[in-house]
Amino acid sequence: MRSTAISAAYATRLGDNALVLGQRMIELVAASPELEEELANANFSLDYIGQARMFYTYAGECEGAGRTEDDFAFLRPEHEYRNLLLVEQPNGHFGDSTVRAVLFESWYLLLLEALTRCADEGLAAIAERAVKEVRYHVRHSSQWLVRLGDGTEESHARVQASLDNLWRFTGEMFAPDDVDEQMHKSLNGPDLAAIEPQWRRNVAAIVAEATLELPGDQWMASGGKQGKHTEHFGFLLAEMQYLQRAYPGAEW
Amino acid sequence: MVETVYESDQILEWLSQVPDPEIPVLTITDLGIVRGVDCSDGVTVSLTPTYSGCPATEAIEASVVAALEDRGVSDVRIKRVLSPAWTTDWITEDGRKKLRVYGIAPPERRDRPVACPRCDSSNTQVVSEFGSTACKASYRCVDCLEPFEYFKCL
Repeated sequence: MRSTAISAAYATRLGDNALVLGQRMIELVAASPELEEELANANFSLDYIGQARMFYTYAGECEGAGRTEDDFAFLRPEHEYRNLLLVEQPNGHFGDSTVRAVLFESWYLLLLEALTRCADEGLAAIAERAVKEVRYHVRHSSQWLVRLGDGTEESHARVQASLDNLWRFTGEMFAPDDVDEQMHKSLNGPDLAAIEPQWRRNVAAIVAEATLELPGDQWMASGGKQGKHTEHFGFLLAEMQYLQRAYPGAEW
Repeated sequence: MVETVYESDQILEWLSQVPDPEIPVLTITDLGIVRGVDCSDGVTVSLTPTYSGCPATEAIEASVVAALEDRGVSDVRIKRVLSPAWTTDWITEDGRKKLRVYGIAPPERRDRPVACPRCDSSNTQVVSEFGSTACKASYRCVDCLEPFEYFKCL
């Protein structure tokens, strides 16, 4: 693969993660349990949409075929999306969304930190911008995990169930495919093998503080990086892409 | 046709009158988001976005183009510069003063207390880490009891 093709593929998958999680969080707008959380969720989802826009614009530039950020977001079918299965999982209850955020953001933060040091200046610059935002997100989502886990008997039991249920989507984050390998080797990009132990340590510390149990080794779901998604994803895209699909080229 | 060649100082002077759309008391040069002006071929203004998803980014770019076109500059281009990433350290001293007068506490270093923009007391409390825009948190002053917004340190 040429280096611009690696950059385009890598920027696309990071854009996909950011857009899909941002879209999931937008579904929660006006549904948060309290006003502070409402504002936090809306602000954070906006950060993700902003990051997706930068990654897609850059992917389009690297690809050189004239695709814009909107083409990436609104005109690709399900199997062309390369996001992790974790971020497309439904919001469920507040504990489910919190666990999803903690597991993903703990990984994403380490990935972005490594990406700021990669040889691709465009990706490094986006990472430099995004890392500051995600650091803030992780702090917030971790505080909620502690509050729920170390809260009432009911909240503890429910958030433990969320953790047990979502854990199977974490293996994929550390299973490199061809794009990850090439990004690491030719462009000094993130090394997933080096990130995994750090992620485990960080997550284990938050989970312990939340008085929860870390799930044991188990079967891990994968397929997001190959475009094989869970059954929930099509519904998300159907809603998000509705306008451009129904009225191609619509602008306002 | 004679092409006018502009001095970058002149362009900067004009840009220092463009308000931020969300905190109109600040101009874009107070915020420190104008990273450079290049007048060698038309006028290219380099801007740094504050937050990735800041809805003001496009509005600011459009108002920069409009402000310069109003003064007769026809060939204006905007360059988005992501690195180095914007930090609140780039808000000028003048900008900090304007924020305080407007009722928003300017960003402080982490080890320093947030002072009330009305009575200057350091006896303040966080009400919420989130506010009306991504860049602000909500505070209250324990002494004068006024609620106020704090521009978060980034």
